Amino acid sequence: MHIGIDVGGTNTDAVLVEGSRVLAAVKTSTTEDVSSGIDAVLAALAAAHRFGPADVRAVMIGTTHFINALVEGRHLAPTAALRLGLPATASLPPLVDWPERLVAACSGTPYLVHGGHEFDGRRISDLREAEVVAAAHDMAERGIASIAVSSVFSPVSAEFEEQAAAIIARELPGVPISLSSQVGRVGLLERENATVINAALRLLADGVVAGLDASVRRAGISAPLYLSQNDGTLMDVERARAYPVATFASGPTNSMRGAAFLSGHGTCAVVDVGGTTADIGMLVHGFPREATTEVEVAGIRTNFRMPDVLSIGIGGGSLVRGAGSGGSGGPVTVGPDSVGFRLTQRALVFGGDVLTATDVAVAAGLADVGDASLVAHLDRSLVDAALARIGADVAEVVDRMRLSAEPVRVVAVGGGSILLPEELPGIGAVERPENHAVANAIGAAIAQVGGEVDRVFAVAPGQRDAVLDAAKSEAVDRAVAAGADRASTQVVDVDEVPMAYLPGGATRIRVRAVGDLVLDALAGAR
Amino acid sequence: MSPSVSPAVSAPAVLAELRAEDVPDVAAGAAVLGTGGGGDPYIAALLARAALLEHGPVPIVPLERGALADDAAVYSVGMMGAPTVMVEKLPPAEQPAQAIRVLARYRGLEPSHVACLEIGGLNALLPFVAAAQLGLPVLDGDGMGRAFPEVQMVLPTTYGVATTPMSITDEKGNGGIFDTATPLWAERLARTATVEMGCSATISLYPMTGQQARTSLIPGTVSLCARIGRRLRTARAEHLDPVAEVVDEVGGRELFAGTVVDVARRTETGFARGTATVAGAPTGGDPAARTHSARLEFQNEHLLVALREAADTTGEGEQLLVTVPDLICVLEADTGQAVTTEKLRYGQRVRVIAIPADPRWHSEAGVALVGPRYFGYDTDPVRVAGAGAVR
Repeated sequence: MHIGIDVGGTNTDAVLVEGSRVLAAVKTSTTEDVSSGIDAVLAALAAAHRFGPADVRAVMIGTTHFINALVEGRHLAPTAALRLGLPATASLPPLVDWPERLVAACSGTPYLVHGGHEFDGRRISDLREAEVVAAAHDMAERGIASIAVSSVFSPVSAEFEEQAAAIIARELPGVPISLSSQVGRVGLLERENATVINAALRLLADGVVAGLDASVRRAGISAPLYLSQNDGTLMDVERARAYPVATFASGPTNSMRGAAFLSGHGTCAVVDVGGTTADIGMLVHGFPREATTEVEVAGIRTNFRMPDVLSIGIGGGSLVRGAGSGGSGGPVTVGPDSVGFRLTQRALVFGGDVLTATDVAVAAGLADVGDASLVAHLDRSLVDAALARIGADVAEVVDRMRLSAEPVRVVAVGGGSILLPEELPGIGAVERPENHAVANAIGAAIAQVGGEVDRVFAVAPGQRDAVLDAAKSEAVDRAVAAGADRASTQVVDVDEVPMAYLPGGATRIRVRAVGDLVLDALAGAR
Repeated sequence: MSPSVSPAVSAPAVLAELRAEDVPDVAAGAAVLGTGGGGDPYIAALLARAALLEHGPVPIVPLERGALADDAAVYSVGMMGAPTVMVEKLPPAEQPAQAIRVLARYRGLEPSHVACLEIGGLNALLPFVAAAQLGLPVLDGDGMGRAFPEVQMVLPTTYGVATTPMSITDEKGNGGIFDTATPLWAERLARTATVEMGCSATISLYPMTGQQARTSLIPGTVSLCARIGRRLRTARAEHLDPVAEVVDEVGGRELFAGTVVDVARRTETGFARGTATVAGAPTGGDPAARTHSARLEFQNEHLLVALREAADTTGEGEQLLVTVPDLICVLEADTGQAVTTEKLRYGQRVRVIAIPADPRWHSEAGVALVGPRYFGYDTDPVRVAGAGAVR
């Protein structure tokens, strides 16, 4: 059996899973220090279903902790961004186009030295050790606590990033170093931005990951601990400590993968309704469809793999306004503003004075929370109009997300999914599987491991198939090295982009392979 | 030719100067006119914004007599190379001005104006980087009205304006001058040098007089980019249909809406050629019903679009909708943002629009330079309003 844990902004959920059975599911409140919340949820899980700690083969955790820290600009380390690329790229130094608030929050300091490669692996200029040493000494004087290193075309050749890291490690022992070649794909600014974000989160990650690990060990569990990545695959704790940025979008990914598991559908629309928003995404063959455009995180342009998710302001805490609610008498609206985590004080059913979507659900008999007598007075036509509005708004987004006119299955998860009608107008029936409220934790529990190749290859005439095959087997090997079972590992994405205007068949090839985690594999998931 | 819809723009139709705050609109408009190629203007927008903040706004001069003297010394500038390289080895801010200086020194003639040869993509904004640093104005016009893959594919070629002398520079301090026998030789030699320079180089070429610029450039295209970008932006704010706003601004026509269901790419003779298939419906139909599919042929830029019914598996009933020289643009369905051919991906929801090219591209000389046959398609051009059978 294994345990999936979702550490959200409000709730920490846990599930105990054996094969395809959910043995127990519990919900607790998230705590400021994260690890006491994990202690509590593991205790609750043990109370719900007795299990021997030795029977637990793996613990998987998904968390929004790191993205929240960035968005709030809290707990960020004083960070240096060292780019190897001179004489190229000097006009747009590291941290260009960042919001000033975040540069200040991480004391972001840019450095530019010689180095970098051309598209084909030739050197732009040699790395100059003295420049790196001088930069390191300046960083020490400024109290820099974490360092991001990027080099032009490091996805083609990472040699300079690695050399610079070795020099810095010698000059500034103990200071964590993040390499862009480990973080992102071609696209210098976006890859470098992600690397700097990662560096800024490194010290926080050390503390959080150590805390998670200690909590699990305190519960007597000696099984390996993994964290969910943006694409629904896993990484081990050492990797998570070094690359916290890879956990950024794991929340929506886990809820969608959990929905697939609970409903048994690999291809469907998933509507995850929380307290403030409803997030709508598409699952294709068990994986979230990815966004195709650049993704801004906290105002910073990045090229993370992120699920293509549309959010609308409809959740359990959404304010309901309109005819009969003492409002303007206009059409009934729901959201986008919400009472958020103060639902249990502000909503009518909890003795508050704000009409929320939850009150409407209780009045309609869809939910049983709080005191139903406090909403008994609500006008039935208002209740119906509010629920119809929710159904219509969600249906419109599902319609925008779907890929074809063919009927699309809709799976609803999350605590707020009780607000959705049995049938979405123009779309079809809504499935709300058992344990839907803990879909995120389930998504974490069933995650897979992946391996990726993303490089520019020289494809000679007639050699395309051979080059593609080599790239595919390299991706599979990387997934297996990360802990995937070879038999279950398959290539899930192949993308080739010939580089415009270039002779010699220069082609950027991206291959991703994914497989089931070998639960007793000792190899580290990456 | 499509009857042009009268543009309902309340803001000024013509830009008198480019300020840092105008840059995002021009970049968004330039991406649309890039017809899938020309490079993502994001990087150029960052460079232009920085240059304008440092040096102040750059005056924009219309091509009309009275604004532009016949004997003005006009220098054009842009980048040559692979857009995929430019997002990694970021273009240097000082190179556009440097390329102009190198050419001016060779000619012994100081520049009075900077011009843009390719308004589609990142080359729309690089002239402003040079002009800000050199303290010169930029002409409101360009040599293509869109993006094309080769250096000789500009209207000045059809007017007999010489491609060379041209300068070429890189960030390592290399620079050179080509003085070539024909425009095609300029393309061949500069392409080879560009690859050696790491597949991105800055070039200044087609030096011309004010009189030549007035005759041979397409007027008003910088302002047009600003207007397109502004309508995209306000559409989002006012919940209007951004694609319809673009179509209205450019006097174009929406052809098709649907979902990308296949992208087949191949590399031939140093170009990114490929075919994209969009399943959906011609404008007016229901894209989700997938009654039709649209086939887009691209070679860095979109070159032709053809329509067939979904049931027509052999393609014998396929109709060519539009070909080069007219503009074929693929826009993201919800936001109206241009999608470059390199970012075309399975599952994208897109809308295909066409924009009439400058009528001079439909002259005999224009079609010889950039018509479908130059790119290897055995057909006469099909213009935005027309339709013909595939040959």
